[in-house]
Amino acid sequence: MKLAKEYFADQRQDDLNELGQSRQRSDVPGHVTGKTAYFADRNFPGMLYLKMVRSPHHHARIRGIDVSEAEKHPGVARVLTSKDIPHNVYTILILIQVGPEDEQVLAEDKVRWKGEAVVAVLADSERAASEAAAKVRIDYEVLPAVFDMEQALAPGAPLVNEYHGQNHYMYDSGASRKVRFGDVEKGFAEADHILEQTYLSSPIEQAPTETTGCIAVPEGNDRYTCYTNTQAMFFTLDNTSIILQMPGHKLHMVGGTVGGGFGGKVDVTVEPIAILAAKLTGRPVSFIYSRQEEMQISSPRAAEKIVIKDGVMKDGRLVARKVTGYTDAGAYSRHSPYGAQKGAAHYPGPYTVPNVSVDTWCVYTNRTPSSAMRGFGVTIADFALEVQMDKLARLIGMDPLEFRFINAYRDGDMKAHRQKTEGAALIECMQEAARVSNWPVADRYMKMSSYEGT
Amino acid sequence: MAVKRGRGVAAVNYPTGMNLGGDPSQALVHSTPTGSFMVTLSSVDLGQGLKQVMAQICAETIGVPTEQVTIDTADTDTGPHCMGTFASRGTHRIGNAVIQAAKEARQVMLEVAAEALEVDAADLETDGTGNILVKGAPQKSISIFDTALTAHFKLGRSISGRGMFLIPRSYPEVETGAMKPSTCYAHACTVAEVDVDDETGEVTVVSVKNVFEIGRALNPRMVEQQLVGGSWMGVSHALYETTEPYYPNRDHGGTDFNEYLMPGPGDLADTEIIVLERPAADGPYGAKGPGEMCANPQIPAIANAVFDAVGVRIDMLPITPERILRALRDQRAD
Amino acid sequence: MPKVPVQFTLNGEEKAEFVDSGATLLKALRDKIGDHSPKGGCHQGTCGACSVLVDGELKLSCLVLAETCQGASVTTAAGLAENGVLHPLQRAFIDGFAAQCGFCTPGMLMAAKSLLDRVPNPTRDDVVEAISGNICRCTGYEPIIQAVLTAARANSQNAA
Repeated sequence: MKLAKEYFADQRQDDLNELGQSRQRSDVPGHVTGKTAYFADRNFPGMLYLKMVRSPHHHARIRGIDVSEAEKHPGVARVLTSKDIPHNVYTILILIQVGPEDEQVLAEDKVRWKGEAVVAVLADSERAASEAAAKVRIDYEVLPAVFDMEQALAPGAPLVNEYHGQNHYMYDSGASRKVRFGDVEKGFAEADHILEQTYLSSPIEQAPTETTGCIAVPEGNDRYTCYTNTQAMFFTLDNTSIILQMPGHKLHMVGGTVGGGFGGKVDVTVEPIAILAAKLTGRPVSFIYSRQEEMQISSPRAAEKIVIKDGVMKDGRLVARKVTGYTDAGAYSRHSPYGAQKGAAHYPGPYTVPNVSVDTWCVYTNRTPSSAMRGFGVTIADFALEVQMDKLARLIGMDPLEFRFINAYRDGDMKAHRQKTEGAALIECMQEAARVSNWPVADRYMKMSSYEGT
Repeated sequence: MAVKRGRGVAAVNYPTGMNLGGDPSQALVHSTPTGSFMVTLSSVDLGQGLKQVMAQICAETIGVPTEQVTIDTADTDTGPHCMGTFASRGTHRIGNAVIQAAKEARQVMLEVAAEALEVDAADLETDGTGNILVKGAPQKSISIFDTALTAHFKLGRSISGRGMFLIPRSYPEVETGAMKPSTCYAHACTVAEVDVDDETGEVTVVSVKNVFEIGRALNPRMVEQQLVGGSWMGVSHALYETTEPYYPNRDHGGTDFNEYLMPGPGDLADTEIIVLERPAADGPYGAKGPGEMCANPQIPAIANAVFDAVGVRIDMLPITPERILRALRDQRAD
Repeated sequence: MPKVPVQFTLNGEEKAEFVDSGATLLKALRDKIGDHSPKGGCHQGTCGACSVLVDGELKLSCLVLAETCQGASVTTAAGLAENGVLHPLQRAFIDGFAAQCGFCTPGMLMAAKSLLDRVPNPTRDDVVEAISGNICRCTGYEPIIQAVLTAARANSQNAA
């Protein structure tokens, strides 16, 4: 790695002592000797193992659940269904007033995606828990499912989630989060060229090497300690408190070093049920996702569909950009309404465009709920935006990098969401990229600045 | 049929912290009787090195060596609230809370030293190695060790501080979307070079040259760790990863590391990392959040490089050999 | 569940435990003996985080039955340091910033040790091949490859 100190030298005082130094990480000696304690590196006598019985159907009504054979299986301590959950319907972001509660901890009347949790089996070994889980009988009436966002938004589509009432999230701005800046239709009318393109992505798994999990331990004083690899201790504590209708002071979350997160451990999917099981059995409970659950059950990065329509002048100026983005939330909200909204704030990208119109939608389908993942709301948007920039440059016969210099935002430029640009540095990044890759760029662009002369 | 080379570029920015703000974090700092400093948090270290960077931020602010600072974190019984480790917020939000707490603790420490030395606290400075000196008269000094003992056992003062950082929540205007998503943005530009085999559709990423602007590299080698790993993940997203290869079809989803594809140690691109620093006005010592941004620009840069190589656009991720071959077939049919 | 006795040497110490019949070596090490250095990232032999040496041979402890280790000599990452002195691989991983979350690190170290035990002066390709069964999601592998090569150089300099 090279620190290119020649850029922004006048913006910075290099007067730090402890910072700016590559001090050795204090945690790594523990990593290399195997002494670092991850949540699962603990043994408790009498521990129970939780195995989740999951829906084999994408969309189905639950007509009946029979756990009698599972309960009789040797080693089984307890079998939990929705009736055992004090407040069975939740949504994570209710903590920051992003409702409605739309997801059942254990499915009660319906399942809305293949893999949804229905029954939790607790036994004194993983094997006994798995064997007993196979004896749970659930009577399903399979319902029509919808997997495609366009079909989900079409009239007559099966309703995925009754808590929303339609197959998309409803923002205070309506069916989409909107950004309106300038007059995009006027911009298109004035443009020399118009290019409309559609970009698509598929769901992506965070795939941390350590799977999602926790161990919940009753402390004997009506308090519960939960060793967890959550990325957010109080997200977990507060949501658990709501779901279990248990005051927060009864809960003690202990985390620490996590075996990779990448957004995959921001949902609250294991702790509430494990703590409830610990409370009801009086025993420590381990609930750790299998690798298969991590890959297909834990929420991925959402698939997205992004339609970009641009108006561009022959001289390289972008004069209008209209974006419609669709985020496939799967069956439940989790963090997707937030992610879709983050996308709205991100467009039209790091470029100054006088006429912008953005609509981002959060769409429900019968698939694994999507949620946080490294850059969600922006990563796929950047794929779409930057491929579109390449196409536009070629359309007008301009070098792709020079085309970006012409449109790059600089300090003081007004963004589409009506904030003045501050601290821009795109131009300098592109200049250094041109230098390091020997990408020929005209002198006038190499002399530009994000802040001088603005 | 041939292997064809192409290159592509992409430039991006990325907001630091939760979109629209409203995501607080707190920190508490106190000294032990012998002048070590404890930072108490409830933040989670996912492997990016949050504990180490918080120790360095606290040490810088108080004016002691980093090894004198211990981070106690991720325990809700002891640590004050933190929104969590996500949204490229850790260094920025928690770092600012640590600075505030450390400043308050430093002020008490200097007041105690001032009383012991019978001078004005405003005339004192730290030497960064564990001593407090009178400005312009460095022979008049007291160690932080003795200062902490004095505070504890003679003056009955707590060398401690509280820190809280919150960017007030912004609510988007309903019709126009006027809002303040973030207070600072990291930047990047990536040039990727690829070889595309037009017979098999296979893409080999030859090189990835990444320029990242991250405000301030608080620990350069830890920043490098994250940027190198992020660049790898960007390549992986571009060419390999998905849980549903035939989305929106639900079938064929990988359930393990054999079926879920990622580049292994034998599939690495020659990766170059260059870091620029334009300090953020509200960043802890200028730092922005680089954790998510660093995995983004490789994806479009590779997509553009594939086009440059073989003249087909793959507008659906991931860019698989199958999609490239289908596009090449369509191209020949035209 | 029927229990079976199993006795083996772990990092030079004699261990004897009763384990469930069919229990894996990984489970015996972690849940019975309390050596948590091997990690369970997949329990199906696809991530390498549980890698250990059994009689000097690299094994995925999640795929080895504890019963089959009767009388064997098992080495884990917890046993790499000798008398408090870190193994050159451990030193190189620290100095080379080759660990982030650290979850794959013990397994990586054992895969690398297995290589260096056989091939003291490996090429880059040798290292790539040796760790190709170990998944890392943080580092992008390059720092790990460099750390193993650095350790090999340190080893051969010590031997010279």
